[in-house]
Amino acid sequence: MPASEANLTLHGAFARQFSRHARAIIRSPAEVANPLLFFFMVITLFPLGLGPDPQRLAEMAPGILWVVALLSSLMVSGKLFASDYEDGSLEQLAIAPFPLAVLALGEVAAYWLATGFLLALTSPIFALILGLPATGIFTLVVSLLLGTACLTLIGAVGSALTVSIRRCGMLLSLLIIPLNVPVLIFGTTAVSEAVVGGNATSWLALMGALALGSLAVMPVAIGAALRVSLDQ
Amino acid sequence: MPLLTASDVAIERGERRLLADVNLTVSAGEIWQLVGANGVGKTSLMRALAGLARLGVEGQIERQAELLYLGHASALKPSLNAMENLRCHPACDVMASDDDIERALAAVSLTGNEERPVGALSAGQQRRVALAHLLVSPARLWLLDEPFTALDSSGCDWLDEKIQQHVEAGGGLIFTSHQPSRFGSRQTDLELARFAC
Repeated sequence: MPASEANLTLHGAFARQFSRHARAIIRSPAEVANPLLFFFMVITLFPLGLGPDPQRLAEMAPGILWVVALLSSLMVSGKLFASDYEDGSLEQLAIAPFPLAVLALGEVAAYWLATGFLLALTSPIFALILGLPATGIFTLVVSLLLGTACLTLIGAVGSALTVSIRRCGMLLSLLIIPLNVPVLIFGTTAVSEAVVGGNATSWLALMGALALGSLAVMPVAIGAALRVSLDQ
Repeated sequence: MPLLTASDVAIERGERRLLADVNLTVSAGEIWQLVGANGVGKTSLMRALAGLARLGVEGQIERQAELLYLGHASALKPSLNAMENLRCHPACDVMASDDDIERALAAVSLTGNEERPVGALSAGQQRRVALAHLLVSPARLWLLDEPFTALDSSGCDWLDEKIQQHVEAGGGLIFTSHQPSRFGSRQTDLELARFAC
């Protein structure tokens, strides 16, 4: 049965990998629901632990929301390439006639849309639970959009490095939490500045630069890390 | 013109030398079968030939043709159906139309199962989906690691026939199997290669 002679472009290969993983995620709703559920559960615990004082909760809201977003991202990152490693998809990606970095980025993009992007869009609900002033909500959404992109890319590098290691949760955390700290600081500061009427734009600009930098560098690191893991 | 050449290939895993002095040239129209006991290094050699394993691999491996590698795992997403798995195959070599993919699935006796999630298929049927990739990929060089695993006798006969057709059309392949050669193929005894080091 002859195959078509047409060639697949790099863009087409990226789109196919994105589509493959987006479909797989949609068919497994838990992949999408778990980070959101985790976010919701942890956020609702804070008023119970810190007391119901709305002023106090509102002051702490930017930090709480961002720390929980980071933990939520960490939860997803560990599993990013695990199923691909187990089912042999990574081996096939590695022999594909396209850069592994680009193909892996297709998968990372699908995961980010299902987790970080959704988290950012639903974050106003969580912000209201903590009583975050309305002036900070737009900045919270934008900072989470940019920040979760960074967190997902950093997490993907960690996941790629540890995918062949069993029970690597602690190692993964040790690897990527230090790299996530700048994102956490910038995100929290941007929202705090917006709440007090300060200059949040410059912090968001920094986060934008960080996101673009991550987008430029991290896929190469992901591709290299996956090859190292496959070589075990 | 050779599709793949391996010269003086040696493979080490940690302190242990698995293989040494492996030399083979796969030309168009040739079938190579790697034989050897469990743990002798068949899969390690296949992964090295595919370019997947480089750490601890010495010698020269040159591929001059597009490669299709089928490992122990079938590279299928359980939540996707057979059509989707083939259309968006991670090897990025499937340029066939949906009609061609349907015909390939029909050829492996999966008519009526095209839209079922692969996770709902039996192990043998999943292997057949993976083997349908052979029909929709333009690769001339096939590296098949235990391709007969999980197949029933009709599946084995079908694969025999496809392999014959592939080499008659100018392709070449290396496969591993514990079964005696069904093709009168060239055999590389890895046991001997291991003892030679």
